[in-house]
Amino acid sequence: MASTKMKIKKSKSGGYEVMVLAKHPMETGLRKDKKTGNKIPEHFIENMEFAVNGEVVAQANLGTGVSKNPLIGVGIPNAKPGDTVTVSWVDNKGESDSAEKAVK
Amino acid sequence: MKRRIFLKGSLAAGTLAVAAGAGMLTPKSVLAAAWPKAAFESETEADALNAFFGTSDAEESDQVSIKAPLQAENGAVVPVKVMTSLTGVEGIAICAIKNPRPYTTSLRVSDGGGGLYSTRIKMGQTSPVHCYVKAGGKLYMASQEIKVTVGGCGG
Repeated sequence: MASTKMKIKKSKSGGYEVMVLAKHPMETGLRKDKKTGNKIPEHFIENMEFAVNGEVVAQANLGTGVSKNPLIGVGIPNAKPGDTVTVSWVDNKGESDSAEKAVK
Repeated sequence: MKRRIFLKGSLAAGTLAVAAGAGMLTPKSVLAAAWPKAAFESETEADALNAFFGTSDAEESDQVSIKAPLQAENGAVVPVKVMTSLTGVEGIAICAIKNPRPYTTSLRVSDGGGGLYSTRIKMGQTSPVHCYVKAGGKLYMASQEIKVTVGGCGG
């Protein structure tokens, strides 16, 4: 799906780094709709999991304090070329998305 | 120089929150690990740390480093990168002290994960940003103040 993009790059400290850009409003629940005056309800990514060859290596926990369209970077020091890295996230409404890429 | 920082604060939701929200990850338990609600909803940093790490007793360490701007152009999008050379990393957390709810984000790590976590956070005003790393059963931290001219919490 086009709403989650990922890049894998070599990390200076060895291993690799996964960068994920997830398209998401990350609404805090505090903003008001300018037309209606009603508060826009909270809508934010809760958990984002990172797996290497199907094994989860990290879970990022996000909340309303994370910026819109989260750009998340996680170190995966033990990954090797040919490994498959998968990122999947779930938000507070139960919506989800994922992306997958091979380490080159 | 290292110094212990003892943070005072009541234990939020008690042992249940600690069990559900904190702890080391094994590949199976990561999948079951629930979103650490108690930490995110805490109004003090100490409560949030207790909820996520099971402790708020942290030692300043130069093995935890922060890459973040000294001044944020836009408080709605403040890039913060936490790096650590510590081994046995179990978790990382980022707190913006002056936000109404200081706990902004965290990372739970299992064997294959590493000591690097970067994100972009919202900051309502100039504030110290505390980055915590739990490694080898101990909690370490580093701090940096980030100046904010245009606040970003969506008010």
